[in-house]
Amino acid sequence: MIKYLPSHEYVRVEDDNVAYIGISPFAAKQLGNVVYVDMPEEGDEVTKGDEFGAIESVKAASDLFAPVSGEVLEINEDLNDNPKLVSDDPMKNWIIKVSISDSSELDDLLDQAAYDELCAKESH
Amino acid sequence: MNNKLYDKLIFNYSQPQRKGYKLRKQCFETTIDKIPANLLRSKAPELPSVDEPTAVRHYTNLSTNNFGVDTGFYPLGSCTMKYNPKINEEIAADEVLKGLHPAQPSTTVQGALEAYFTLQQMLSEIGGMAEFTLNPYAGAHGELTGLMVIHAYHDAHGQTQRTKVIVPDSAHGTNPASAAVCGYQIVEVKSMTDGTVDVEDLKTKLDDTVAAIMMTNPNTVGMFEKNIPEIAELVHSVGALMYYDGANLNPMLGIARPGDMGFDVMHINLHKTFSTPHGGGGPGSGPVGVRKGLEDFLPNPRVVKNADNTFSVATDSSDALGQISAWLGNFAVELRALAYILTLGAEGVATVGPLATLNANYIKASLDDLYKLPISGYCKHEFVFDGLADKSTEVTTLNVAKRLLDFGFHAPTIYFPLLFHESLMIEPTETETKETLDYFIEVMRQIAAEARETPEVVKNAPHTTPVVHPDDTKAALEPRTTWRQINEQY
Amino acid sequence: MYQHRYFPHTTDDVEKMLERIGATSVNELFNDIPEHLRLKNGTYNLPEEHSEIEVREYFSRLRANNKPLVCFAGAGFYDHYSPAVVASIASRSELLTAYTPYQPEISQGTLQYIFEYQSMIAELTGLDIANASLYDGATATAEAMLMCVAVARKKNRVLISATVAPNVRNVVETYARYHKIRLDIIHEKDGVTDVNALKSMLESGDVAGVIASSVNFYGILEDFTGWSELIKAQKALFVINTHASALGVVKTPAEWGADIAVGEAQSLGFPLNYGGPGLGYMCVTKALMRKMPGRIVGATTDEKGQRVFVLTLQAREQHIRREKATSNICSNQGIMTLYASIYLALLGAEGLREVNVQSNAAAVYALGQIEQRSSAKLAFPGKPFLNEFVIITPNVDKIIERGAEQGILPGVKIGEDRLMIAFTEMRTKEQIDQLVQLIKSAENE
Repeated sequence: MIKYLPSHEYVRVEDDNVAYIGISPFAAKQLGNVVYVDMPEEGDEVTKGDEFGAIESVKAASDLFAPVSGEVLEINEDLNDNPKLVSDDPMKNWIIKVSISDSSELDDLLDQAAYDELCAKESH
Repeated sequence: MNNKLYDKLIFNYSQPQRKGYKLRKQCFETTIDKIPANLLRSKAPELPSVDEPTAVRHYTNLSTNNFGVDTGFYPLGSCTMKYNPKINEEIAADEVLKGLHPAQPSTTVQGALEAYFTLQQMLSEIGGMAEFTLNPYAGAHGELTGLMVIHAYHDAHGQTQRTKVIVPDSAHGTNPASAAVCGYQIVEVKSMTDGTVDVEDLKTKLDDTVAAIMMTNPNTVGMFEKNIPEIAELVHSVGALMYYDGANLNPMLGIARPGDMGFDVMHINLHKTFSTPHGGGGPGSGPVGVRKGLEDFLPNPRVVKNADNTFSVATDSSDALGQISAWLGNFAVELRALAYILTLGAEGVATVGPLATLNANYIKASLDDLYKLPISGYCKHEFVFDGLADKSTEVTTLNVAKRLLDFGFHAPTIYFPLLFHESLMIEPTETETKETLDYFIEVMRQIAAEARETPEVVKNAPHTTPVVHPDDTKAALEPRTTWRQINEQY
Repeated sequence: MYQHRYFPHTTDDVEKMLERIGATSVNELFNDIPEHLRLKNGTYNLPEEHSEIEVREYFSRLRANNKPLVCFAGAGFYDHYSPAVVASIASRSELLTAYTPYQPEISQGTLQYIFEYQSMIAELTGLDIANASLYDGATATAEAMLMCVAVARKKNRVLISATVAPNVRNVVETYARYHKIRLDIIHEKDGVTDVNALKSMLESGDVAGVIASSVNFYGILEDFTGWSELIKAQKALFVINTHASALGVVKTPAEWGADIAVGEAQSLGFPLNYGGPGLGYMCVTKALMRKMPGRIVGATTDEKGQRVFVLTLQAREQHIRREKATSNICSNQGIMTLYASIYLALLGAEGLREVNVQSNAAAVYALGQIEQRSSAKLAFPGKPFLNEFVIITPNVDKIIERGAEQGILPGVKIGEDRLMIAFTEMRTKEQIDQLVQLIKSAENE
């Protein structure tokens, strides 16, 4: 299952309530070439709606907001050496892996159709 | 003309036997080796070792790869790139004035202190304020200092619940950044379609948790905030203060004073409005003025005039917000501003705003058929186009800016303010001739024509500069910020 | 319109421009400003226009109201020699009248000298990455403190040694107060930081950074052996403040294991300028690069494959990040970084060492003479100093007063009976002997 925040973060939920969080292809395209991803540390707690990091391109920067709450199980270390991976394939190159503390938090996130509609609106 | 023989880094001319200095013969016994070795560096720094003529050619050639106000028209919006008079430089280079140590007894620096005091008073007159400090080093430093004045004022009145600062969404990024450094939360107030503050939105954000609102007037789209009396009344009615960001003070010279508009605290950029050189980024100076009742909160140290007409440095005001500079500020910059105000005189100062505004409106009226003008009406010292009027060409504001370089102009400010996608912000200042403006207009019209007829020419610009399309992504992905890193990685 | 040599507008120009605009008068351009806000009488209570002759006369009068003194004062600002080339090149208007180098195509001059400056500061401190400079040594130290808490994220307490110069500490304290950082002073003992006090303060585990100074305020070289381990064990950052000239000889911040080096660079031959402009340098480890405030110039290549320079890592800065920026700073000390880099290019490592050797030799000679010929005592005996020291002597006020009469600034008063005296390669034996005589004769008054 993939769901989205209106601020363009996705959360992909695998079994065992493990969530992979990254930014959508729409957001990646808007940002341009990513040059740096500021990530939390393993073991940090993230809270739904709060920022957990930031992503920078040459001339723009966005905060990253957590679509769900939970403990950071892993950060995508590859992004430290090669942040451009996010630009190349944002769905494959997630940013943090989180153990979901309350799966009901997923309920009010945007599903694919609602998110596509939002993107269509924003690109005008 | 850049000489290819001298386009290396200064480090690349280094040869161990070359030297570029000579001190007098040492007259005392060397004692530095008596300092314990573990307190001294283990090996010498790798600085260049060059002869004087080579160093002079190196830096002279660097200067030929640069563009300054003395080189040509610099219509960089919001930066007020006016002529930097030469007499200012002569005064600042005075051997006596530049040789004074900041710890000298005040009896031996009466002239320097008089310069300080006189400029404080002149800026107070121009700003409509009660008192100024010249200590802040730059505009951003002035903002921070001004906000600290406000913080100290509220604290002294037991108003510690005031934790927010309101900033318009059109503001310079420095405003929210300064408020954050000062420990405030930032609340954004919306702009209306004409770029001025949305008073209805402001009303919903005002309460007794607000410490201040920060505004520029004219604002960042060059429009006068005509509701300013109402805004001041609303802000004051909840006990908050009005902060004036002096970035756009230039068009107000001779027209209106921030103090009379209802502002309580302000800063001035001497390097914008008062003609001191920008120096490739600094040093600037950001004096802060306050209305009556707030003087005690200004930072230490202060220059004061005594009853016997002498001057002294006061360091012990207990209400002061604290100290924000090691000494009294950028003295050499302040001397230049003082020379400028004397050179202009009262009537000259009062003519700056009208002429700066005339120049801006002239360019706007000459181009608004080809460039998209999002806000109509007379602008003040600057205005914003939202890119080319004809959007079918896909020529961007960045392309237009880069194409201007081919014609010997500096580019305008681009992609600011954030209110428009293709912002192109033009500020000509009062020191440009009609002939210069006419040529700029002609070139801008030509670029608009090129965008329609030969868009690739614009899209691939610049064509004539020594450097073309630097790879910013590469610079940010693998930052190389020293000579050593270049040597290691290239 | 008022005619002035800085304003090129003829009456005809103004008329033609108004015609294009479609306005009948310049005043009409301001018709949106409420009448009661307009400047009364359209002018200011300021002096009349001064001719250049009169401006020169005005400043001649101001100049005459100062007394140039032979300078034995330091406290962060030193009277060093500067080669003629420095001021000559730095006055070139292509460099002086340029803005921040936003357009790399026409700003390679500014960008390259800043890049070279960054390289030289990195050499001096031994650390990896320098920024394009901050306002002065005091504000640079305050910015370092802000970095400490930003990096620590959850900790909000910073320690600063009592031996950091008081004007630097005052500025840091001001920034701390408003940014709501808990700033605690580490006490001094015999002119240096009390390392036992540091150890016990670190025990609480809530420290984000430690700021100390060597050469410290009193001119003493502090021994930071073991500090880095202590501080790193607490996951805190170690900040060392040093005035730039001393870095030519003293153990580098990198060698002490510091994370951040900051300080005032005026000692690289800048004019004293009654305290400003100076230049605050900052240099950090690679790990902290993206948390550093201020402009940074980086090397890259352009379309023609040339090595070129650009402002880089801009996404940290206020114009993009607004309230989330690493700092509110928008500027760098541009032309002062040029002063610093030309000075360092001409002197080189050897010259910078020679400046320190001569300054130190002059200080040691002076101390010998003072101890021999007066009853003044070194305030911190046995502590190694570079070019500045503190003496205990009665009548400090008298020494300064008599000095001013004789054209000497004998030092900086830092306590009722404490005079801090600085020496540079500029001071001659005659001047030093006169200083010693001054100290001696004041004792007998």
